[in-house]
Amino acid sequence: MGNILSLTTFLPLLGAVILALFLRGDDEAAQRNAKWVALVTTAVTFICSLFILTNFNPADTGFQMVETRDWLLGLQYKMGVDGISILFVMLTTFLMPLVIASCWDVKSRVKEYMIAFLVLETLMLGVFLALDLVLFYLFFEAGLIPMFLIIGIWGGKNRIYASFKFFLYTFLGSVLMLVAMVAMFSAAGTTDIPTLMSFTFETENFSILGVQIIGGMQTLLWLAFFASFAVKMPMWPVHTWLPDAHVQAPTAGSVVLAAILLKMGGYGFLRFSLPMFPVGSEVMGPLVLTLSAIAIVYTSLVALVQEDMKKLIAYSSVAHMGYVTMGIFAVNQQGIDGAIFQMISHGFISGALFLCVGVIYDRMHTREIDAYGGLVNRMPAYALIFMFFTMANVGLPGTSGFVGEFLVLMGIFQVNTWIALFATSGVILSAAYALWLYRRVVFGDLIKESLKTITDMGTRERVIFAPLVAMTLLLGVYPALVLDIIGPSVNALVGNYETALATFEAATQFASN
Amino acid sequence: MIGADIQILMPEIVLAVYAMIALLAAVYTTKDGMAPLLTWATSGLFVLLAVWIGINGQGTNIAFGGMFVDDGFARFAKIVILLSAAAVLLMSESYMQQRGLLRFEYPILVALAVVGMMVMVSAGDLMALYMGLELQSLALYVVASLRRDSVKSTEAGLKYFVLGALSSGLLLYGASLTYGFAGTTLFAGIIEATANEPSLGLLFGLVFLIAGFAFKVSAAPFHMWTPDVYEGSPTPVTAFFATAPKVAAMALFARVVHDAFGGIVGDWQQIVAFLSVVSMFLGAIAAIGQKDIKRLMAYSSIAHMGFALMGLAAGTAFGVQAMLIYMAIYVTMNIGTFAFILAMERDGRPVTNIDSLKMYSKRQPLRALAMLVLLFSLAGVPPMVGFFGKFYVLRAAYDGGLAWLAVAGVIASVIGAFYYIRIVYFMYFGEEGEQLDGKMNPVLWAFLMGSAAVMLLGVVNLFGIEPIAAAAAATLVN
Repeated sequence: MGNILSLTTFLPLLGAVILALFLRGDDEAAQRNAKWVALVTTAVTFICSLFILTNFNPADTGFQMVETRDWLLGLQYKMGVDGISILFVMLTTFLMPLVIASCWDVKSRVKEYMIAFLVLETLMLGVFLALDLVLFYLFFEAGLIPMFLIIGIWGGKNRIYASFKFFLYTFLGSVLMLVAMVAMFSAAGTTDIPTLMSFTFETENFSILGVQIIGGMQTLLWLAFFASFAVKMPMWPVHTWLPDAHVQAPTAGSVVLAAILLKMGGYGFLRFSLPMFPVGSEVMGPLVLTLSAIAIVYTSLVALVQEDMKKLIAYSSVAHMGYVTMGIFAVNQQGIDGAIFQMISHGFISGALFLCVGVIYDRMHTREIDAYGGLVNRMPAYALIFMFFTMANVGLPGTSGFVGEFLVLMGIFQVNTWIALFATSGVILSAAYALWLYRRVVFGDLIKESLKTITDMGTRERVIFAPLVAMTLLLGVYPALVLDIIGPSVNALVGNYETALATFEAATQFASN
Repeated sequence: MIGADIQILMPEIVLAVYAMIALLAAVYTTKDGMAPLLTWATSGLFVLLAVWIGINGQGTNIAFGGMFVDDGFARFAKIVILLSAAAVLLMSESYMQQRGLLRFEYPILVALAVVGMMVMVSAGDLMALYMGLELQSLALYVVASLRRDSVKSTEAGLKYFVLGALSSGLLLYGASLTYGFAGTTLFAGIIEATANEPSLGLLFGLVFLIAGFAFKVSAAPFHMWTPDVYEGSPTPVTAFFATAPKVAAMALFARVVHDAFGGIVGDWQQIVAFLSVVSMFLGAIAAIGQKDIKRLMAYSSIAHMGFALMGLAAGTAFGVQAMLIYMAIYVTMNIGTFAFILAMERDGRPVTNIDSLKMYSKRQPLRALAMLVLLFSLAGVPPMVGFFGKFYVLRAAYDGGLAWLAVAGVIASVIGAFYYIRIVYFMYFGEEGEQLDGKMNPVLWAFLMGSAAVMLLGVVNLFGIEPIAAAAAATLVN
């Protein structure tokens, strides 16, 4: 089992190649086969990832199951997993079979659709497992292609605008990161991530065009990475691609986007920004905290006035990601624990919420909130599940949403009480928009003629939601499940960060004396 | 002595003699009837010569008192030139045949142009350089206007000729200034003359020379001829322009700035960096509005030349290596893309409007997919090989102290990505439109698929091109 990580990563790609090469025709049977191949592939991938989880030793804070091969230009093909990345891998492999199952009713170009998702899964897993800068960049950036196609080909009316915006926005963010990677390669002479994590980049202040750069090189590198991850997260004010992309993407695309792709930004901060540029993070940290607080309040308010269900949930995602960035840049155990927990839980909850929208969209072909009302009368099961995830989104104790938000707020309170105050108001606002959405869609009298014949969820739909409900509840009542795995790694991360800062401060004091 | 010199020059001599014999044979026998045979024979000879150079070439050999240099760098460039020229010839055969354009002069002129290019990349002297360059250019002027009865094609040829003559003039003026101030036309002598504080006249000569080269590689602001010539020439000729001559001109550029002016890197670095940044942005922005895919490819090639020049601007051996790898990748991508463009026809007539590709993916999923791979590769999105080309030149520029150029380059590449994915949009997301013909010549199909496969599979190790390019660059810069 020496290469279990590569196996897991490339298994979906193998499925995609099989689909592309051996599946002919576009009739009913071929479509069904394509879906089954995709479902089986993702399921097997999930099983493989379970092996990774069982072999994983949380107490070891280094990288485990590492595979190394030489590549070109002194780069390496290096994969490995640690306490920070393992849960993202599990989240991805866990959600993909559900995503595939959720698009069982897709009729147009099914084979290509399945191939796109399988390729996307490989690329997403690669992002979380890569231990070489350029390899990471390769997976990170390549993921744009299938997502661009998913939005562009299978999306809604305004899909072309949304797909171009998605592609160019994220591309612009990440090319700056590429230049930073080149700079790091030059400075450290390697692109090996574990080595770079213990490498100290130049912190000497200098000025560019008359602007004094405090923290020097580190701050610049940090900014370049920030440009990429902030767009991906997305953070206010560079979040505007997300609502468009979400609204136009097909349901399954939205689920993947919200549940997994957004997490790459947070993962990037944890993997690169904090350990590699501690000084840069310290210099720019207050900015991130401020932006996060603004994001939480502002996007929650924007969510309140949305008329499109998907857009509302998209803005709510931006707000929840605000908690994540806030937790990460609080840089203490609770904050980062909370941020990772929040990302995992948001993966389940936002994914489920988009699936909820998908359920009624499949029936009514509209996402206008005004087109609904009184669904509880004809869809009791749906009303129950939708309520469960609405509550989880609000952060009701007992669901996973609560744990993440609570930990983050606890972490940030130790750093900056004002930011914590603003962030807490976001909890109330999220209750406002989520409950109001729920009331308008589900409660009230069923007066709309078109809704009179709507049917409740079928077995397939219930089966898809069951694991999501289970995970949300399980993590809500037993958060140690996650925290035990990430705890030691987060602890090491925070410890290294503080050591690096202490060294830096000692050095600057020495210099100023 | 002369025997040894000739030995070194053998590949060029073989090709030149072949061209002359073929010319005589064709004139005295069936003329155009021989054209298909000649096309195949010429491209076969190109491949053979490439193999010969690849296997036989060793070390650095100097012929005719330094006029002609056969080193690893020249061999690398020659192999790329020969193989790409062979590919383009093979691709053009059926296209030209169908339209009655396949005259026997075409393969012969291409062969002569290739001889010129081979002399260019091996030039060790300003005279040899100019001879090679003019032999190449004159052959190219003629093939540009191969479609004699078309106004656009003759216009393209004439425009190319007039502007090309202007650039040759600039270049000659630069060469004469250099000669005047250095007292020699040999590169080895020029580099000695620049060793201590070079005179102003020599710098003027350098600037004029670079202007001439910029013209030949179609770097902005000397790019004006490119879109018109690309659009007006028959598509196979456009494909040829986009590949082999670009490699030759780029290699010549590298040869002169390093072999002759390698001592004053700082003096030409700024000029090359300027050419690079202007080309990248002009290519990226001007291509956005294009409706004709050939014009679009013209601007795309301008932008790509900007990236290749970025490697050159670094002024290091790694920069030259990056440039060589970039050019090899660029040529491979362009061969595939032009194979696709050559097959774009409706009712047997060539179509070059981008919007004729509407929903192409529905009818030809495989070909659309191959084109998609090539387009993302051209845009420099990983995991396609085009990304690695960009990565190499970025690294070279950064290491050469040109971080600003690297930042400018990646921003230009984002702008440029727009028009590549716009083609993807037409092929995949657009509405249904008038259809293109479904059939595709098997040769074109093979080149399209092969090129796309290279772009995908190259991610493993770039087919081992890296150490070869490194060795080639090391012979030029030391």
